[in-house]
Parts: sequence; structure tokens; C-alpha cells
Amino acid sequence: MTAMIEISNAEKTFVMHLQDGIELPVVRGVSFRVEPGECVVLSGPSGAGKSSILKMIFGNYRCDGGRIGIRHEGVQIDLAKAEPRQILSVRRATIGYVSQFLRAVPRVATSDVVAEPLIVNGVARAEARERAGQLLRRLNIPERLWALPPSTFSGGEQQRVNIARGFISDLPILLLDEPTASLDAANRAVVVELIEQKKRAGVAMAAIVHDDEIRHLIADRIVDVTSFAAAA
Amino acid sequence: MAENQDAAADDQPLLIADRLSKAYGRLTACRDVSFALYPGEVLAIVGESGSGKTTLLQLLSAQLVPNAGCVSYRMRDGVTRDLAALGEAERRFLFRTDWGYVHQDPAQGLRMAVSAGANVGERLMAVGWNHYGRIRDTASSWLERVEIDVGRIDDAPRTYSGGMRQRLQIARNLVTEPRLVFMDEPTGGLDVSVQARLLDLMRNLVSELGLAAIVVTHDLAVARLLSHRVMVMKGGRVIETGLTDQVLDDPREPYTQLLVSSILPA
Repeated sequence: MTAMIEISNAEKTFVMHLQDGIELPVVRGVSFRVEPGECVVLSGPSGAGKSSILKMIFGNYRCDGGRIGIRHEGVQIDLAKAEPRQILSVRRATIGYVSQFLRAVPRVATSDVVAEPLIVNGVARAEARERAGQLLRRLNIPERLWALPPSTFSGGEQQRVNIARGFISDLPILLLDEPTASLDAANRAVVVELIEQKKRAGVAMAAIVHDDEIRHLIADRIVDVTSFAAAA
Repeated sequence: MAENQDAAADDQPLLIADRLSKAYGRLTACRDVSFALYPGEVLAIVGESGSGKTTLLQLLSAQLVPNAGCVSYRMRDGVTRDLAALGEAERRFLFRTDWGYVHQDPAQGLRMAVSAGANVGERLMAVGWNHYGRIRDTASSWLERVEIDVGRIDDAPRTYSGGMRQRLQIARNLVTEPRLVFMDEPTGGLDVSVQARLLDLMRNLVSELGLAAIVVTHDLAVARLLSHRVMVMKGGRVIETGLTDQVLDDPREPYTQLLVSSILPA
């Protein structure tokens, strides 16, 4: 009963009303759990629904059936049925998400983009910026870029800013969608180290990684998403 | 689910709309709208022109009287009251202190011929401030917060650019530390670059001050940037509602799918 994530029979279908209501079943019967300190990697070919599953756990995609149990502040709640305010509270205190792409807000400096998750949880601005700086340095983002908004950065730099923003918090659950996709070997190694650190801190992680070598390094367990195929 | 309700019981709604309807003759502008807004929450109302967004905003802010349903508001003393039952003086007090209303056209929310300082100071005087020096200091610090050069404090807003006017309107509204701000297309008439600055400013102010806000917009990018929750309106009805990124990334209703798919990629 200590699982941080406990999904049972979750399913998702897209109904495309603009294409004559065509139904696109994505996944069905999704069931797995993630314990504290464990990294579960979702595997399967593109289009199998891996990202959709992470988005369902983050509350970004709605879940059409089943249960998405999340341990939030000591109680398991069902995110599939939670109210918007509750999902927001879960995102503040429990679940962090490193998406494939950074959605940058215009005009906000890189160090503030990274520090924001700490600030909303009440960490003082100066301390949050300090910790943001440490992570950015570790991820090899040159200090002269910290005051600039990341929208003009290269793909790899934006991805590292995104990773810093995702890893800065001390949240008990972290969802990782291709965190190493556009990184060079040195930065991939940093991400592997960051993931190791989170494991030692007891963070439960669900990840998507295509790189076999990285998957081998971080995965404690692999969940094959093709077994949740919902082919109609 | 009982387990889900426990965590939500920690605070109470600031504003509750209960089955609000409004018709102009045979034309129904707004039908059967219900929701609760919590302190610190930003709700976006989206939909195209004529969908009833502005009518709804006017009903919520007691500027229009509904044909059916009611709006209640938790006053500063913690008592939730039906807005229709408030006296005129009480309603005015709400408007001057606890609420802000940001119009799309700053000329509607500002007095264009008096100085910027007076525009901000006027709200303070309305709540009893009478020390000129303190009013001026507070007005200057608010001009700074909305990134207006304090050197322009004695100039009238008709000499300001559109973006500056809109920022001044925001300062005028926030100076009395309201708990709820209504915004009607706040970035409507502005250039894209000016919009980005204003949005960033509003986003920061809302989170620093813990403001609740109801923002009417036809621009889904504004909704995504500012709001926690979104209501999609069509033909006077709320057709879809939920967490902003959920509604925008996984729209369920045909009309919402159309809105989301109509955004031009930058």
C-alpha cells in the first residue's frame, strides 16, 4: 500500500469530432504501480500511447475509465475523478513533469523559469534562484544565458532548462518524457546522475526513454505499453 | 468520492454562480451557468463573439441583473451574501475595494483627462485615504510595479500608449488590494509584443497577490498563460469546463476541438 502511483484499468480514447467523430482508441487496461525510489520505464514503439499515459497521470489528458491512484500528502486519491483544484494541488505538492518540449513564457528569464516551482511552494526567491543556478551550471547552461528568456535557445539548451525546472523541486513523483532526447553524451550522463539522486531521495519516477543505453542505466522495471494496445 | 472531498474542504469559494440566466427579449445571452471560484484561482471564460462571455461577466460583477439564478460572494468578514440582496452602498463598496474591473478599452476604466497619479489615487481616496503624500507614494510605487516610468505620474493617460494605458488601468484596479478582479479581453486591442509584456505582468501580479480573477478572452493563448481553469461558452451555455491545459490539450466537445484546432501556429 505504499505505491506512489497505482494505476488500474485506465483507458483513453480520442473522439475527433472534426473528422466525422472518428474514434481513436489509445490505450486500454493500463495497470501498473510505481514504488518510492523506483524508476519504471514505459516501453513500446511510437504511437503506442506512452506519452498519453504520462499525460493521464499528470492530469493533462482526461482518463475515460479505470483509476489513477496517486499518493498525495499521505492519502491515495483518484486523479481520474479529481476536481481541477485538486489536480493543481497535486501538481504543486506531489507530481513534477518534464515534458518533451519547454513551453516558454515570453519575457521570463531562464533562472526564473527554473526557480518558479520552488517559489510557488514558498521557497524564498533568493534561495530558489541560487538552487536554479546550481542546476543550470550542472547542466552546462552558461551563466551569461541565465538572465535571458529561453525562447531563443537551441533545442538542446531548452531541453536542459526544462530538465532543470523539472528536477529542482523535491516532489515525490516525477514523470519524464524523453528527458535525454536532444542531449549530447555529457549532458545525458548528467541526467542519469540526477535520476540516480532522485531515486536515493525516494522519488517515484515513470519515464519514457528511447535510448537503450540510458534505459538500461535508469530502469528498475520496464512496463511494455503494447500490452495496453486498444486497437479497435 | 469521499476521499477526494476531504482535501478540498480546507477553504471556501469566494464567488458562487448558481444557474445564472439572462435573456434580452427572445435572445438568450446566458443560460444556466453555475460554478464556484476559489480564492487565488484564475478562471478564463472563452468562446467567440456573441457567445455570452461579456454578459456573463456583467452578471457576475453585479452590473446586470439575471432573469434567473444568483451570484453570491464571500465578503471580507467571511459571510457569503447574495449580490442581489446587497444595498447600493454595499455594492459600491465592493466595486471600490474588494473588486477590480479591467475593461478591454482602457478609456472606459480610466479618467483620460486627469493625471496617472490621480487615476490611481482616486481609488484610495474612495476608501478614505486622505494624506496626499501617502497617496502619491503609493501611486508611484504602483506605477513602478506596472512598469510605468514614475516621471510620467503627472501626465494624463491620453498621452500614454495603448499598452501603458492598460497597465495603468491595472494599477488603478489593484491599488486597493482587491481579492477578485474581472477582466474583459484585457489584451484585446494591443500589439502582440505589448500583449506578451502585459500578460507576463498580470501573471506575476496575480500570483504575488494571490488574486482570484475571472478573465474573458477569445484568445486561447491568453487563457493558457493566465488561467488555472477554463469554461468554454457557446450560444450562452457553458459547453465544456475543466483544468486549462486539460481542456486545451484534450478538448472533448466538437466546438472546443474546433476552437483549439483553429489556432494558427506561430
